[in-house]
Amino acid sequence: MSTNEVLIKTQNLQKSFGKLNVLLGIDMEISKGDVVVVIGPSGSGKSTFLRCLNRLEEPTGGKIYFEGEDITAPKCNINLHRQKMGMVFQQFNLFPHMTVLRNLTIAPMKLLKMSKEDAEKKALSLLERVGLSDKANAYPNQLSGGQKQRVAIVRALAMNPDVMLFDEPTSALDPEMVGEVLEVMKELAREGMTMVVVTHEMGFAKEVADRVVFMADGVIAEQGSPEELFSNPRNPRTKQFLQSVL
Amino acid sequence: MAEWFANFYVNAPDWVQNFCDEFKLNFIDGAKWKWLLDGLKMTLLITFFSVLLGIAIGVIIAIIRTTHDKNLETMKKRGGIGYIVMKLLNAVAKLYLTVIRGTPVVVQLLIMYFIIFASSRNSTLIAIIAFGINSGAYVAEIFRGGIMSVDNGQFEAGRSVGFNYIQTMVFIIIPQMFKMVLPTLCNEFIVLLKETSVAGYVGIADLTKAGDLIRGRTFSAFMPLIAVALIYLVIVMLFTWLVGRLERRLRRSEH
Repeated sequence: MSTNEVLIKTQNLQKSFGKLNVLLGIDMEISKGDVVVVIGPSGSGKSTFLRCLNRLEEPTGGKIYFEGEDITAPKCNINLHRQKMGMVFQQFNLFPHMTVLRNLTIAPMKLLKMSKEDAEKKALSLLERVGLSDKANAYPNQLSGGQKQRVAIVRALAMNPDVMLFDEPTSALDPEMVGEVLEVMKELAREGMTMVVVTHEMGFAKEVADRVVFMADGVIAEQGSPEELFSNPRNPRTKQFLQSVL
Repeated sequence: MAEWFANFYVNAPDWVQNFCDEFKLNFIDGAKWKWLLDGLKMTLLITFFSVLLGIAIGVIIAIIRTTHDKNLETMKKRGGIGYIVMKLLNAVAKLYLTVIRGTPVVVQLLIMYFIIFASSRNSTLIAIIAFGINSGAYVAEIFRGGIMSVDNGQFEAGRSVGFNYIQTMVFIIIPQMFKMVLPTLCNEFIVLLKETSVAGYVGIADLTKAGDLIRGRTFSAFMPLIAVALIYLVIVMLFTWLVGRLERRLRRSEH
């Protein structure tokens, strides 16, 4: 799916929390249409890396370019760029005081100045795509975990993002609900969405990823196509990790 | 009616006759019940506008304090005027909280009336300002606790779709905060309603003062003071019931 147009590029991206250095300098390029899956042991910095991409975590060093613009520059209005970067969280983070429909329409209406009718039409078609049209008027607490996460995905899609960031989207789900969420993500990948996915789902990585990135101790230890990385890992750290999870 | 009452009165035991005499003396003669009614109106007027002022001040102070606590690190790194302004606002907010919560409301009311607004004789307005500013300090801390108890993931979700800090606060955080603080807020309003009973200090004829005026006129304390107490009690019970209903409605919308 990958084209050569670079969408996100990080240069020597660093992040430390006080004395704890979590990211030690990450260089990565993500092209339009790429599905990049980031794997690695817990504490390796993979979630922090993802959260730095839309500056939910403020990087302490290095640069991030999004659509050619340096979004770590002090003058950059990050809110505008975030509109183009959908994010899905481990804990869903749906707005509990709003109906599902309102969860999907509030951002397009307030930020893109979409009319209520247009926003609702779009929201309903998105809900239909993930098989939740009947839940439009439900509140998030009335949904199962899998349903919540599917709503969270379409909430991000409602803004027409250029890239979707997934932060362990299935880690908080009961096992029988993982499939329905992965199915939606696979569908999204097939449609050519650019995706960066932090996950422990190796099956998903094998099946969908254009590139798998293995992170360990704050650096990219190894990356490559899923075939390469899973069947023929070169780095001993990768080998060790894959042995323990596969 | 009158005939029935006359009949009842003649045949009633002494203490009932006594009660009726007292009641007539304190409330009927000279239409003194109107004093209580006017006093009640004044109490409700002052309370209502003080509550509004208190909420407005409370929201602003709470947002300043939480913004300061949450974002200072990033602002410090970014530097510039925003950081200094934030520091200054936070210092002012803290001073306000310290002074208002550290002094009695009666003293604040007297200072407002005799020093700050000495040239004005609009005592009702002064009382509203004094009680509003006083209540604002307590409401601010209630709101701050509420904002901090909203899951941080909600901030992140709001910011991640592209809302700026203020929009995230207004659309995502504050609506959730209100639901969470409603019981505590209700308590604060009950306290405020009863605190307005010191308005008599600056010559306002509120409910308490009205009862006291009747007592001074009739030299009978029991009836007017118990009546005043009962009126406060009924209003508080009514208000508690209303808030309970509101809470149940808000809860229903979530589950």
